[in-house]
Amino acid sequence: MTGSRNFLSRLSLSLAPLLVALLIAILLLVATGAPPLDTFAKLFTGSFGTSSKQADTFVVWVSLAIVSAGLLITFTAGQWNIGVEGQIMVGSIFATWAARGMWEQSGIVGIPVIILWAMVGGALWALLVAVLKIYGKVNEIFGGLGFNFIATAFNIYLIFGPWKQKTGGTLSGTEIFPEALWMPTLPELRVSPIAIIIALFVLVVIYLSLRGTLWGLQLKAIGKNIRAAFVLGVPTNPLMLSAYAVCGACAGLVGAFLVIIVHHRLIPSISSGYGFLGILIVLLSSFNALWLAPLALFFAAVSIGSTALQLELNIDSSLGGVLQGVLVLVVLLMQGIKEKVISK
Amino acid sequence: MKTNKLWWLLSVMIPLTLIISACATPTTEAPKKFVFGLIMVGPKEDHGWNEAHWVAAQDVLKNVPNTDLVWIDKVNPADRPGVTIEQVSDDLVAKGAKVIFTNSAEFKDGTNNAAKKHTAVTFIHISGDAVLDKSAPANVGNFMGRMEYGKMIAGCAAALTTQTGSIAYLGPLIDAETRRLTNSVYLGAKYCWENARGKKDTPLKFEVTWIGFWFNIPGVTLDPTQVVNGFFDKGADVVLSGIDTTEALVVAGQRAKAGKKVWAIPYDYIGGCKEAEAVCLGVPYFNWTPAYQKTITEVQAGKWKQSWDWNGPDWKNINDPKTSHVGWVDGKALSADGKKSLDAFIADLGSGKINLFAGPLKYQDGKEFVKAGATADDKTVWYTEQLLEGVTGKSK
Repeated sequence: MTGSRNFLSRLSLSLAPLLVALLIAILLLVATGAPPLDTFAKLFTGSFGTSSKQADTFVVWVSLAIVSAGLLITFTAGQWNIGVEGQIMVGSIFATWAARGMWEQSGIVGIPVIILWAMVGGALWALLVAVLKIYGKVNEIFGGLGFNFIATAFNIYLIFGPWKQKTGGTLSGTEIFPEALWMPTLPELRVSPIAIIIALFVLVVIYLSLRGTLWGLQLKAIGKNIRAAFVLGVPTNPLMLSAYAVCGACAGLVGAFLVIIVHHRLIPSISSGYGFLGILIVLLSSFNALWLAPLALFFAAVSIGSTALQLELNIDSSLGGVLQGVLVLVVLLMQGIKEKVISK
Repeated sequence: MKTNKLWWLLSVMIPLTLIISACATPTTEAPKKFVFGLIMVGPKEDHGWNEAHWVAAQDVLKNVPNTDLVWIDKVNPADRPGVTIEQVSDDLVAKGAKVIFTNSAEFKDGTNNAAKKHTAVTFIHISGDAVLDKSAPANVGNFMGRMEYGKMIAGCAAALTTQTGSIAYLGPLIDAETRRLTNSVYLGAKYCWENARGKKDTPLKFEVTWIGFWFNIPGVTLDPTQVVNGFFDKGADVVLSGIDTTEALVVAGQRAKAGKKVWAIPYDYIGGCKEAEAVCLGVPYFNWTPAYQKTITEVQAGKWKQSWDWNGPDWKNINDPKTSHVGWVDGKALSADGKKSLDAFIADLGSGKINLFAGPLKYQDGKEFVKAGATADDKTVWYTEQLLEGVTGKSK
C-alpha cells in the first residue's frame, strides 16, 4: 500500500504542474480575449478531428519521439545537447546528398541508403560537439549553438548555391525528389506507417538500453558524477562520444524523415524547431523514457492543432507555442520546488 | 509497479481525451455561402504584398453577395515550421472553400499537389506559371499583374528625383520575376534620367542587393534595414523596395529626420507610403480585386477555365479600382516638376509611344536579350534570364 500511496503522491507531483500550467494557459487565453474551452477544443479537433489531421499529427510525432529518445541519452550522460537542431539539419543535408546521388534509383535501394547516410551525418555533427567538449573544454551548449548556426548557414548556402533549382535559388528549397525516393505513405494521407514503426522501435531500444545494459548504467553514472565514474573505472570519454553519436544518429534519422516524408526536398528551416521541442519533451518527462511517447504526442498535437486556432477562432496561432512554453516553464519551476521540498 | 504506472497514465489520459473531445463536438452549420480561401505567405497587415491580397479578398466579400472567406497567413518556414501548402489547403477545403488563392511564387509545387488532391476546388496560384509551362493540373489557374509598368514608373520617379545620380534596389530573392521587375525599374529610371533629366553623358548608377526572401527572416535573410542603410552610406539617395515589407521607406524616413536628403519607393500596396509620407516618392501597387472577383464569379457560374493571365494597367486611368490591375500613386515627396514629367512618361507608356522592352537590350554578360528593331514578347520578359547590362548586382 505504501508503494501505491507513494506513487499517488508522485503522480500528483507530476500532475500538479500540468494543472498549474493549464490554469495559466486559461488566464492567458482570457486575457487575450479567446474563449478557453473553445480554444482547447479547437486545438484538439485541429489535431485529431479528422483522419488527415491525425495523420499530420503523427508525422510530427515521429520526429519528436525519435529526437527526444536520442536526447534522453545525452541528458542521461549529463549533457545538454542543444546542437540537436543542427544535427537534424545535417541529417537532412546528408539525406539530400545521398538522394542527389541516387536520382534514378528505386526506393527500395534509395530510401535505406538515404536514411543511413543521414544518420551518419547527424552522428558526425554531434561528435564534433563532443570532441570540442572532451578535448577542447568547450561547453556543449556553446559548441552546440555554434554548430547550429553553421548548419543553418551551410544549408542556406547549399540551397542557394550548388544545390539550387534549375530556375534559380529559392527559399522554397532544392528540386523536389523523384517520387521513387519518397517514403511510402498511407493513401490520401501524409503519414508513413514505416516511420511510426521505426519511431516505436527507437523508443523501445532506447528505453531498454537505458534500463538493462551496462552502457545505460555507465551513462547514468557519468550523468550523476563524471569524476566519480571515471575514478571507478568507467571509460568516460568513449561513453560520452557514444552518447553523442547515438543522439546525433537519431537526429539524423529525423532529418532524413523530414526530407523524404514531409517536404520531399531540402528546405531552409528543415529542422522546424523539432530539436528544441525534443529538449522540452525530455525535460518534461523527468528523464523517463515511458513519458516520451505521450508527451511527444501532446506537443505534436499542439503544433498541428494551432493552425486551427487561426482558421476557426481568429486567434494568432503562435498562441500554441506560448502554451507549450508556459507548460515547460511551469513544470521546471515545479520540479525545482519539488526538489527543495524533498531536500528539506 | 511498471504496469501499474502505465495503467495510471492511461486512466488519466483517456477520460481527459474524452472530456476534451466531448467539448469539441463540431457545430454543423450548412455553409450556404460561397466560401473562398486565401493562403498568404506573410502577415496580412504587412502594408505590402500580402495586405494587397487581403484587401482584394475583403472587396470580394463586399462586392459579391453571399461569399465567405477562410484564410491563413504567415505560411512560410520561419513562422510556421513544418506547415505545408497541402496541409493548409486541406484545412480550407474542409471549411468549405471552393476557390483557393495562394499568393507566393514559392507555393507552386504545393498548390499543384493540393489541386491534384482536391479536384473539385479551383486553385489560383499567384505569380505562378504552372499553366504556362503546362505542369498545372486542370483546376489550377495563374494570374499576375503587369507590375513591370509600375516598376518602370517607379524607376522613372526615382531618376527624376535623385541628386547623386545613384539609385538602389532592395531585392528579395533571385528568380525570373524579380529579375524582370528589377530590369523594369532600371529601364524606367534610365529612360527618364536620359530624357527628362537630359543626362545622357553621365551614366546612372543602379545597384541591386538581394536579401534572400520576400521579407526579413532573422538569421536566414540579410537584414533589409542594414542593407538599406548600406545603400545610403554608399551614396545612393533613392532606394526602391522590391521586398514585401517597408524597411526601405522606414530607413529613408529616419535618415530624412536626421537631415539627409533621401527618398524611397515602397512596393505592392496602395497605402504603402503611409509609414513615411515625407520621403515617399510614390508607390507602384497591385489591385487584385478585379482578378479575384472575376475568378469567383466565373467559378460560381461554372464558367471558369484554366488560364494564365498577365493583367495590365487600365491606361485610361491606371488607378481605376474596377479595371486597372496595376497602379501608381504619387507620394508627397515627389516634386511638382517631377510629377509633370512622370505624368507625361505614364501617358507615353500607355499610348505605346514608349516601349522600354524594345531592342537592342543586352544582359549583364553581353548576351542579347532583345534584338535591335525588335520588342520582347511576353514569354521573353516573363522568363528573364539575367539582369540587364548597366545594373550592378547578381543575376543568379
